[in-house]
Order: sequence, then C-alpha cells, then structure tokens
Amino acid sequence: MSTEVVNEIKEQEYFINMGPQHPSTHGVLRLLLSLDGEIIKNVEPHLGYIHRSIEKMCEKDTYKMIVHLTDRMDYLSCHMNNEAVCLAVEKGIELEVSDRVKVIRTIMSELTRLSSHQLWWGVMGMDLGAITSFLYGFRDREMIIDIFEETCGARLTMNYNVPGGVMFDIPNNFQKRVKEFIIYFKKKLPEYDDLLSNNVIFKARTEGVGILSKEDAISYGVTGPSGRASGFSCDIRKQHPYSAYDRVDFKEILYSEGDCFARYKARIDEMWESMFIIEQLIDNIPEGSARETTRAVIKLPKGEFYQKVETARGEFGVYIISDGKKSPYRLKFRSPGFSTLNALNTMAKGSKIADLVAIMSTIDLVIPDIDR
Amino acid sequence: MKFDIYDFSVLTKSIHESLNSMMGETAVMISEMVIVGIIFLTLFAVLGLILVYVERKICAFFQQRLGPMRVGFWGTAQTLADLIKLLLKEPLITKNADKFLFNLAPFVLIIASFMAMAAIPFAKGLHAFDIDIGVFYITAISSIGVVGVLLAGWASNNKYSLIGAMRSGAQIISYELSVGLSLLTIIVLTGSLQFSEIIESQREGWWIFRGHIPALIAFIIFLIASTAETNRGPFDLAEAESELTAGFHTEYSGMKFAFFFLAEFINMFIVAAIGATVFLGGWMPLHFGALESFNAIMDFIPPIFWFFGKTAFIIFLMMWFKWTFPRLRIDQLLTLEWKYLLPINLINILVMAFFVLMGWYF
Repeated sequence: MSTEVVNEIKEQEYFINMGPQHPSTHGVLRLLLSLDGEIIKNVEPHLGYIHRSIEKMCEKDTYKMIVHLTDRMDYLSCHMNNEAVCLAVEKGIELEVSDRVKVIRTIMSELTRLSSHQLWWGVMGMDLGAITSFLYGFRDREMIIDIFEETCGARLTMNYNVPGGVMFDIPNNFQKRVKEFIIYFKKKLPEYDDLLSNNVIFKARTEGVGILSKEDAISYGVTGPSGRASGFSCDIRKQHPYSAYDRVDFKEILYSEGDCFARYKARIDEMWESMFIIEQLIDNIPEGSARETTRAVIKLPKGEFYQKVETARGEFGVYIISDGKKSPYRLKFRSPGFSTLNALNTMAKGSKIADLVAIMSTIDLVIPDIDR
Repeated sequence: MKFDIYDFSVLTKSIHESLNSMMGETAVMISEMVIVGIIFLTLFAVLGLILVYVERKICAFFQQRLGPMRVGFWGTAQTLADLIKLLLKEPLITKNADKFLFNLAPFVLIIASFMAMAAIPFAKGLHAFDIDIGVFYITAISSIGVVGVLLAGWASNNKYSLIGAMRSGAQIISYELSVGLSLLTIIVLTGSLQFSEIIESQREGWWIFRGHIPALIAFIIFLIASTAETNRGPFDLAEAESELTAGFHTEYSGMKFAFFFLAEFINMFIVAAIGATVFLGGWMPLHFGALESFNAIMDFIPPIFWFFGKTAFIIFLMMWFKWTFPRLRIDQLLTLEWKYLLPINLINILVMAFFVLMGWYF
C-alpha cells in the first residue's frame, strides 16, 4: 500500500456502538466509541432510550404520587429517592416527623445502600470476567431484600416513605432480622476481599486505571463514592445531616488516588460504615408514631424547596417550585449518575476497551437514573 | 476378540488379524480408518457433552448454586437437550458477511482439534496415531485453530468480532511459544518426541516428581499458557462478553455456534491430556519406589482410568481458574507472556539441560 492510502486509512475513525444492547452498559446506555486499535480516543454517551419524562409527569401528580415515581429512577437506592421527596414536602408544609420515623428511615436507607453496593460488587466482578462474584453479591443481597419484603411488601421498588412518615410501622422481628443480617454479613464481607480485592489480576486491572482528579471530580460534580475516591469530600450525610444522621457516628470514606481501585475500595469501606451506622441505631429505635397524619392532598405553599440526600451513587437532589397548587409548578431532580457519566470521557480517554468496562462499573451507573 | 483392560494392544491386534483374514490389505486399511474415525467422532461428541455438563456443575458449585437440575437425574440430560435446541436453531448469516469464510471458520477450528486428538495416547495400546514427532505434531496442529478464529472474526462483518479475533490471534501466537517451550523442558529429559516413549520413560515415576524444580516450573507455565491457548478464563479476551459481547463468535448461531463451543471444550481436553501425558505420566499408574504393596494396588487400577483421571484433574484446575479470576487486559496478557513466562521458560530449559547433563534427576 502506498503511504497515501495508509494515511487515509489512519485518518478514518474506527467507530463502535457500545450499547444500547450491551452486557456491560447495565441498561440501555449507548456509548459511541472512536477507537485506535484497542485504545479509546473518544467516548460519547448517547441517552434517551428509556426516557419517561418523569419530571414532566410530576407536574401533573400530587406530591404523594410523586414519591412513587422516584422509585423508578435509581431503583437500587429507591428508599433514598423517596426520602428526598418526602423531606422536601415535609419542609414545605413544615411538618416535623417523629424520631421513630427518622431512625427507621435512616436504617432503611443504610440497608438500601448496602444492598445497592452488594449488587454493584457482584456486577463489578462480572464486568471484569470473574462471574462468581455476581452470585456471591446476589446471595448476600437476598437477605436484605427479604427484610424489605417483610417490612413493606415490596422487594425492589419499595415506596416505604410517605410524606409524614413511613407507610407502616416496622414488623416485630425487624430488629432481630437486621441484627442477624449484620452478624452474617460481617463474616461475608471479608470474603469479598478474598475473591476480588486482594486478587493480583483484579488489582492490575483497576489500579491506575480511569483516574479522575479531584479538580475534575468537583467541576463535573461527581459525588458519592466515586467523588470521594478522588478526594472530593461530598458526603451529604456529614455535611447537611438529615433524618437521624446527626445522631450517629461514622467516617466519611475519602481516598486520594481517584482510580478504579480507589472507587472500589470506597464502596467496600462504605459497606462497613453502613453496618456500623445500623448497629448504632437498631437497638435505639425510639417509641412514637410511625406516620403523622397529613391531608389527603398536600398543597405546598408558594415558593421553592430543595432537599438533597446521599444515595448509594451520590448526591440526589429534589428541587420543587410550587405555585400553591396540589402539584408542583416545576420539579427538577439532580441525579448523581448524570453528572458522573459526564466525566466518563475524561476518565476513559486513552485507555483500552477493557478499561472502559472497569471504569463503567466503578462509577456504578444506573441508567434509569440518568435518563429520566 | 480378546479383551484386556490393562493392555488394549491385545484387542486391537485381534481386530486387525480378524480383518486381515477377511479382506485385502487396502480394504483393511480403509475399514480400520473408518472404525477409528467413528470411535473418535463418538468420543468427540460424548466428551463435549460430558465436559459441558461438568463445567456447568463445577461452576455452579463454585457459585453456591446447584446448576442444571431439571432434565434427567441431576440435570444430566441438560446438555443433550441444549444440543437438540442448537440443532433446531436457524443458522443466521449477517448481511454483507463473507458467506464462504463464515461457513468455513467453525470447521477449521473443529478439524484442528479433531486432528490433534488423534495423537493422544488414551491407554496402553489405545493410540490412534503414534507418530514419532507426536509433541511437535500436536503443537503444530493446534495452532491451526487460530486460523478458524481469525476467519470467524473477519468474515462476520462485525466490529466486535474483528477485535475479538485480533486479540485471539495475538494471544494464541504468543502463548504457543510458552506451551512449546514448557513441553520441550520435559523433552530434554525424555530425549524423544514420541508420546509412547515419553510415557514409557515415566515408568519409574512421573516427570513432575523426578524432574526437580525445573519440571514443576515447566508444569505451572504449561498450565497458564495452555489455559491461554484454549481461550479460557482468565484469558478469554477473545470472547470477553462484558467487553465484546461474544467476541469472534458473536454472529454465529445454531450448530455453527455449537462447533465453536465444542471446539473450546475439546481443546481444553486436548491440552489437559498433553499435560497429563508429558508431566503426569499419561496412563502410567502412580508408583513410589520401595512401597511394593502400594504399587501393586496402583497397578490394579486400569491405565485408561489413570489417563482420564489425570486429564480430569488438569481440566478441573482450568475450570477452577476460570471461575475464580477476573479477566486480564490485552496488554497485561502480552506482558505476562513476553516479559515473564518466556524468559523464565528459556532459563528453565537451560537449567533443565544442565541437570540432565549432570545426571541430577531421579
């Protein structure tokens, strides 16, 4: 081949459509990759495959109905999403929920976080080719899901929160089962380290891969464990405590490396912290009513209300503009996944296809959360 | 026909003689080839079915689940049911695919593994093709398989397939070196490339015990390299499903996909069988020098069980790798081969040659 032809071929981009149907995009995310051999030159995420216009739907619904829609966004941290809306609405109607509700919400939030991280851990291993971890993650998650089922009847999209409290009081053996789970999972979590964290291949695949600097994390708004792995202190539970987080003692997990392994370790450590939080609260659930009576159709006063919570993926915000009617004038969700996805190109540029998969799984994307 | 489970040459000789008494020389040769061919085809299918079942069960037990349980006792007929399903599936061909090469690719792969199987000694006297350069023959034939993978990736008209095929090409060509060199380390000891002689030389003890540390190193390198050569996890980059959906066989369906699937398992059997033959004494029973009664008990177990037992052990090791380790990245894979395994291997051969020269082996 003449050099001209070779140059022409070199100038042509080698495009690959990763998704919408692809095993490691965890949903219907479409990534347009331009490649140079195995090396990624550019990543362009394309959204819109499961857009349900949830924000627009919220403008038609009453505040009690909005809570149900938030489950369908980040389904793995549904409880925290519910909580954010409920807290915002409670702020609007100036309703102070009982301590019992606060503690129950906090425990359920941390259980949801644990179950989300367990699923993430399993999928992370599977993305890197260690399929066994997937089953381990699901095995342990099953116990939490069973607790959820007993508590509120649902296993995934729970809808346990309502404005004014929680739907039902906790069942009698809730505390017993949660304590059993904590004892069980404290034994099982070191297994996670044995299988993946201490594995040579796993370390080689994640250490130094997909580095996100602290500056980039802040400017892109990468929050949650992904942001904290870059050294960005952004734990809402610490900085703007809500529910019962002001009365528990826990560490904010911070790493400075910002690579895949740091993001991985941040989540593993967060599981320990979550268990620590639950342990502090589970024996001290105060007496009181589990649900304050509210009006059948809540009307928020005219104004703007914002509430943010820490979900398993980062900062989830609910911004309500009310004009005093039964449904909001405009409602905006700040989803953690959307901001994190924006940083994908910065992280993945120059790495290999296999690295992209590792990066994708360590930033823990849930596509319905990004694409509302 | 006389039958002796300890020495199959009695059986084969009697078949040969009875055929000779019936027909001419050419007819005997042809009919013997047909018989051997049919036996191998059957073995091929049966091994495939058993290995798929075993893989699924072992994988299930590693993952704390039961695996297939519904079809047949403990799911034993599950793979058969899957085979029927695959047979009935429509063979799809992608638009603008190179139809001839697309259809050819699975056959290249399966023929390569079929030919390699011929040189494997199953038991005493049960050896289809005892060529005097057996080890060389097998390493040569098994490298034809990569052509099938490359063809499949190229002809599919799919970018994922092409990436998978290129990965596979780079991987198999690199790791072939390590497989060859680790086998050579033992060839230095035996002084012969013929499988029957390699086994015969291990009558006193298996080379992995007698060859000191170099033999052990060679065995470990052989295990790693042969796992890589058969495209199995943690080296399954060619079909890495989380990256390339299914790599080079993304576009294949039905029976053609089954051929790729079967070839993977048969290749695993072949490398395990070579490993068992060269390092673990093939069908030779386990002997310890002075323990006469122990040796007698070991001799009582027929050689064919010894062979399949050792092969099964190596296959189990390879499955263990697959269901435990994460997958390597392509550059790490090549680094492992060219920067670590190959230099270690070369030094290992020199050390082994020195040992042999000084007579420092048992």
